[in-house]
Amino acid sequence: MAVFYILLLFMIIAAIIAVETSDLLSSVICVGAIGFGGSLMFLFLRAPDIAITQIVVEVLGLIILLRATISRDLTFITGDREFFGTVVSVVIILVICLAGIKVVETLPDFGSAIFTKVPEAASQTYISEGLAKTGAANLVASVILDFRAYDTLGEATVLFTSIIGATVILRKKAKKMVEDPDE
Amino acid sequence: MKGMTVVVKTIASWVKVLIFLFGIYIIIFGHLTPGGGFAGGVILASSYVLLMLAFGREFVEENLPLPLASKLDCVGAFLFALIAVLGLVLGGSFFVNFLYQKYLPGQALNLISAGTIPLSNIAIGLKVGASLFLVILSLSMFKPDLSGTEKDSSFVVNTTEKE
Repeated sequence: MAVFYILLLFMIIAAIIAVETSDLLSSVICVGAIGFGGSLMFLFLRAPDIAITQIVVEVLGLIILLRATISRDLTFITGDREFFGTVVSVVIILVICLAGIKVVETLPDFGSAIFTKVPEAASQTYISEGLAKTGAANLVASVILDFRAYDTLGEATVLFTSIIGATVILRKKAKKMVEDPDE
Repeated sequence: MKGMTVVVKTIASWVKVLIFLFGIYIIIFGHLTPGGGFAGGVILASSYVLLMLAFGREFVEENLPLPLASKLDCVGAFLFALIAVLGLVLGGSFFVNFLYQKYLPGQALNLISAGTIPLSNIAIGLKVGASLFLVILSLSMFKPDLSGTEKDSSFVVNTTEKE
């Protein structure tokens, strides 16, 4: 248990530094530290699938952010914050905190999953009959690609659509196509 | 950008093979060991990112051009949807694991088992790898046009005012 609290403290400190520092590059590095701490945490929570995905995506995202921050003009936020914006953000944070406290009260205790208490929970079925019903030794794969394949289809659709948008917006040829009719 | 020094280029040209192989392993063994299509696809994309950092963008664009990556992305998405629709046609329900239930039960813990799950993993790995490669390639291509004409005048006006 002590490992979790140390990692959590590390991630919280990194998050505070990432928000508060004025240097964009060190802020990006702190975001990467949060991600690697999260991946270690998933590993200690015995979720290697998520840990692999987290660390790989974190490396790729860190490379993209580093390239984006190094070669661009760094913009610093100067001046005071607006009064209205501050009030609105504080109110939103308070509302989310109140809702979060209510939600956390209903959660099961840390380390005791809900399917150990509720025998008819869906995850109980996945664990006991997953191998017999799908034949996949990795239960996570059997859940995300067989029992809950609709979720994966939706996730793939979201990724596909966002990639289309990114390639359309960021491509080079668009400007020429706009400029050609004028000339 | 012509890439980095000889040391980085030599080591990257050896390591890229291992990274690519590891990605393929993660995808193909996704139904047996931790991993799966998404993580393996990101590893495949990151091997190309290593090439791009070491050798420069033009080298990667010659190896895997943007239209080809775009086609691979579409093929991966199409394969995944095709597996789902084949479940509807052959198994009676959308996304049903028809291969495991009817045609190819296979032995548990073997490489060829679990029906459509490895096929879906391959399709998702292809899709995720190609699409993340596309994002990084197009992000590194994108630059604000400083020497632009009247349309991009916001950059030009600022620089002239400073001068």
